[in-house]
Amino acid sequence: MRFLFKIDYEDDIKLFPHSGYIVSYGILLALLLIAPHLLSSYLMSQLVFVCIYAIVGVALLILTGFTGQASLGHAAFLAIGAYTAAYLQTYNVPFPIYFLVAGALTGLIGAMVGFPALRLTGIYLVIATISFALIVEEILARWESVTHGNEGMRVKTLSLLGVAVPRDSPTFYYLCLAVLVLTIVGTLNLLRSPTGRAFVAIRDSETAARSMGVNVALYKVKSFAISAAITGFAGVLFAHKLSFISPEMFTLQLSIEFIIVILIGGTFSLHGAVLGAIFIVMIDPFLTYLKDDLPGIIAGIAATFGAGPHIAANIQSKVAAFASLNGLKGAIYGIIIVLFVLFEPLGLYGRWLKIKLFFQLFPLYKRATFKRQKIYVKSERNR
Amino acid sequence: MSYFRAENLSLHFGGLKAVDAVSFAVERGEILSIIGPNGAGKSSIFNLISRIYRPTSGRIFFEDQDITEQPPYDIARLGIARTFQNIELFENASVLSNLLVGRHRHSTTQLWQELLFLPSVRASEKVHRRRVEQVIEFLDLEPYRDKLISGLPYGVRKVIELARALCSEPKLILLDEPSSGLNVEETDDMSFWIRDLKNELGVTVLMVEHDMSLVNRVSDRVIALNYGRVLAMGSPAEVQQHPDVVAAYLGA
Repeated sequence: MRFLFKIDYEDDIKLFPHSGYIVSYGILLALLLIAPHLLSSYLMSQLVFVCIYAIVGVALLILTGFTGQASLGHAAFLAIGAYTAAYLQTYNVPFPIYFLVAGALTGLIGAMVGFPALRLTGIYLVIATISFALIVEEILARWESVTHGNEGMRVKTLSLLGVAVPRDSPTFYYLCLAVLVLTIVGTLNLLRSPTGRAFVAIRDSETAARSMGVNVALYKVKSFAISAAITGFAGVLFAHKLSFISPEMFTLQLSIEFIIVILIGGTFSLHGAVLGAIFIVMIDPFLTYLKDDLPGIIAGIAATFGAGPHIAANIQSKVAAFASLNGLKGAIYGIIIVLFVLFEPLGLYGRWLKIKLFFQLFPLYKRATFKRQKIYVKSERNR
Repeated sequence: MSYFRAENLSLHFGGLKAVDAVSFAVERGEILSIIGPNGAGKSSIFNLISRIYRPTSGRIFFEDQDITEQPPYDIARLGIARTFQNIELFENASVLSNLLVGRHRHSTTQLWQELLFLPSVRASEKVHRRRVEQVIEFLDLEPYRDKLISGLPYGVRKVIELARALCSEPKLILLDEPSSGLNVEETDDMSFWIRDLKNELGVTVLMVEHDMSLVNRVSDRVIALNYGRVLAMGSPAEVQQHPDVVAAYLGA
């Protein structure tokens, strides 16, 4: 086990507490950089989606994980970013400009959503953000002169400094990766500065934050704006990746997926956003695989246990019918969330920390190490 | 003119007069304790000062400035820090970041500078960190720097609340029952620290407290409240012998 001896205040500030971090993150970055040469084009495409989902995950972590303001409206912010990009493209605005404009506009709208949200907490805030998302969805469908309504909009190939960057090229992947890395670094910087600490203070006790001089309303609006702006940037990449956008892509289901990203990844650390994004992007092909292959496998098992070919075929078609039921995916998502909330509230990253600690302390690890004591129950809290 | 002054301060919840035309003054550098039975309105006065409640009537002055209409976050900027009766720490953050939030009123960096973590931000973070370290040393919190609040015992949390208030370098500190839930030794430590606040750091202390031995040891003056009204004011001994105070406590 490694013991850190801090000899400078710098040791509490720096991003990498010791050289081990630099090595492991360096290796990870190197692997990500050579990934286009190693992985199939399908996996590369999934990796781009992981990057985009992780960017949104980081945005949602700032708002939900660190400021404690739940949001089910992030699909709408993504949509605003995507449509801004698509609309500005029709006027031949160059990529760097519409990328920044999309982020700024989404941030502005995020701040506007933040104002009414100041008086709302918990489930009421969730309902308010859902309504915001529904309003945006409706506007996208009706404002045909700008958004082409339900016909959707075609997004032209990204052109960076005069060079075309197709959506399945390695360059596009590098672009997404760069945005993700910059987002993460920026967020980490924010979290180790007064603003980030004010966010955490608001999450844990608004009263105490206020009495320490934090302007709670201002910082909530800031948190909404930053989170929305980052999601807007992700929206631009999302639009380019899909090359076609329409209102039905930005539904409540997508917002729920973003919540799943941080719930499953872990809401207390930025690692959670990336792990959750990997999970949510990779579960889709996995479920498709199950849907396609599971009926055959079950029929095969039934046959080996002595079921006749007729019965086996019957079983196969029944299972296939069940697997292609509408809403099954939503149900599976729901079950996964429930299981995580019940058994692993700290998410995948929490599980990873436990595994790491197990090996660091081996053989002294105790199961109770992560059990939270719940003796100090708060009585009357000021709100 | 006195350093801190409340004039005819009232807080009514409908017909209930939680605080009823209370006036008092705190002199610079003194320790003033507010005592009184449960529900006397002691904590309500604190919540009025830190603007959690809006007074029904009356005015509050600090350094001859009317602060009755200031927004809550400005109270801390003026140099008034407080602790809470039911600890209000940031549960899921480390002790260090709790204390650094106490430095919030001194932070001057802009959002864009923080996003890039410019050298100016780094420099000011180090200043904050050094100030926090001084408070940690003052209150013997060295073993807990990197611990999460949620894993700490009650007595330590109580000290951390005091530390967080001190990190803001207050001129006036409001202590809401600093010794509640502490054992005898911890209460002793607390009384020494409160004395040191005054003598070493020159902080003026306004304190709500039930433990009369602590009140006697540290207070310069005492105010006794009951049903939102001032019963008596004066030195600890005077107030304790005041017939109205005795009646309020013993129910005679």
